[in-house]
Amino acid sequence: MVDEAADAIVAQDLSKIYKGAARGSTAVRALDGLSFRVQPGTVYALLGPNGAGKTTTMRILTTLSKPDRGQATIAGIDVLARPGRARSVIGAVSQHSGAVGRLTGEENLLMQGGLHGMSGRKLRRRVADLLDLFGLAEASKRQTRTYSGGMRRRLDVATVLVHRPAALFLDEPTTGLDPQARADLWSVLADLVAAGTTILVTTHYLEEADQHAAKIAIVDRGRMVAEGTADELKAGLRGDSIVLELDGPEGAERAEKVLVEVPEVTASSVNGSVVRARVADGRRALPAVLSGLEAVRLGVRSVTVARPSLDDVYLHHSGRSFRQAEGMSAA
Amino acid sequence: MKATRQAWVIFTGRYLRELYRQPTVIFIALLQPIIWLLLFGALFKGVSRIPGFGSGSYITYLTPGVVIMTAIFGSSWTGMSYIEDMGNGVLDRFLTAPVSRGALTAAMFAYQAVTTIVQSAIIIGIGWALGADFPGGLTGLVVLIGISVLIAMAMAGLSNGFALLTKQREALIGASTTLVLPLTFLSGAFLSLRLVPSWIADVARFNPVHWAENAGRIAAAASPAWGTVGSYAGFLATAAAVTAWAATRAFRTYQRSM
Repeated sequence: MVDEAADAIVAQDLSKIYKGAARGSTAVRALDGLSFRVQPGTVYALLGPNGAGKTTTMRILTTLSKPDRGQATIAGIDVLARPGRARSVIGAVSQHSGAVGRLTGEENLLMQGGLHGMSGRKLRRRVADLLDLFGLAEASKRQTRTYSGGMRRRLDVATVLVHRPAALFLDEPTTGLDPQARADLWSVLADLVAAGTTILVTTHYLEEADQHAAKIAIVDRGRMVAEGTADELKAGLRGDSIVLELDGPEGAERAEKVLVEVPEVTASSVNGSVVRARVADGRRALPAVLSGLEAVRLGVRSVTVARPSLDDVYLHHSGRSFRQAEGMSAA
Repeated sequence: MKATRQAWVIFTGRYLRELYRQPTVIFIALLQPIIWLLLFGALFKGVSRIPGFGSGSYITYLTPGVVIMTAIFGSSWTGMSYIEDMGNGVLDRFLTAPVSRGALTAAMFAYQAVTTIVQSAIIIGIGWALGADFPGGLTGLVVLIGISVLIAMAMAGLSNGFALLTKQREALIGASTTLVLPLTFLSGAFLSLRLVPSWIADVARFNPVHWAENAGRIAAAASPAWGTVGSYAGFLATAAAVTAWAATRAFRTYQRSM
């Protein structure tokens, strides 16, 4: 049973297997019993590498795809039974833009409003307000194919807000944007949330989830491996991280091989020239770590003992560093 | 009512604007038929003197054929715009809005009708300039254009449905090029079916392109047999309705595959 009352978004036991499209290709289990609830007026972030099932979850919740098993409701509406009604209360931005390139920004919004049954002066005012809010008023008469990546992303979000949806679904909205454009987008999203909009977001940037999400779910291979606020997730990890910076990626790889042999180290990961090692007590483990590196004459540029980061949480729960997992699935 | 309004929003809000901003698409599609008119018109000039061909000059015979051919060539590519929409997220944007799938098909058909009307009119004009005769007058030409719209819709439905099912540019190009040319040659577009082997004439009887060729040519000729034209038009309208239904259903299959 799905509780229809309090939660803005409810996903329950979502499972989906993609049968191999080509003959002989194997079936892929995209989702394996994923459940979560999102409270109204909050940001909920799904974290995980490519192939973890984030996009499949988004597609199911936005009526584009159906699960083999499970249930979902948005604002109390059963997404699977009444996709038509669900569509009128959601705004969905996929990884690709969705804007029609030969229409201006304004025309894209007007068309979207028209499809939602809006018209006349009311629609025009709403469109003008949104273009203002997203800093697109000046560019509103230009065809969107001339927009920069950041502008297009802002337009995408503005477009799906025309009908004032209760829930907003953003699949990697900030991927490929420069830091300024990411900050701009998040500042508008924060205002929307303050005004009561619920946002489900997937992201590649752990810092973003850390800063903006009320709750974070770490998803790996179609399952939820951890859920909580950023602080809860970090607090749930006992122990510390030892962060070593070496002279380059090659040194980092060698250092990690050494660390794996050190008894105090429970997990480790490499990101560029930085190695992170999970230990129970940072101060006690440090000498063993350093002497291990000393023995193979590896020069260390800097050493820090740090409280856990989200990357450590990810490492702990999935057995892989977030960035390692990213790299593996991208390869 | 809601679906009609949505189809109107997409047709005017998107397709007509795109066409207005990029009118060249209409004319690029006309290059080939113009070459066919000039080339075949010159090449087969003598054909009309073959006993059994019927009356009139070859260009008079050829022009309605090229009108229909252009209609199916152009409309066989419409699925390409869906494939583009899949790639850049536009299709997902439509599908996550409360838009009737029938409205998506209807908007595409309306767009196809507009481009086909313009293209057919231009080809008729060029044919006329090259010496074609249209004793059926304005009524005949309007009916010819109407027929070209019907066959274009039938083909567009096929192309859109195919695009949604295969999702591949290459597959659509392959299917379109394999299908369209044989259908055209087996339709009597270039040569009266009275002059071809009887099995081809038999096959042509089941070819919707032949229905369109025949209906269009009869309508443009002197004292048209309206009954025949009407029944062909009925067949074509049915074909268009069937492919429209299939293309609309294909959205469901497309979503199931994602």
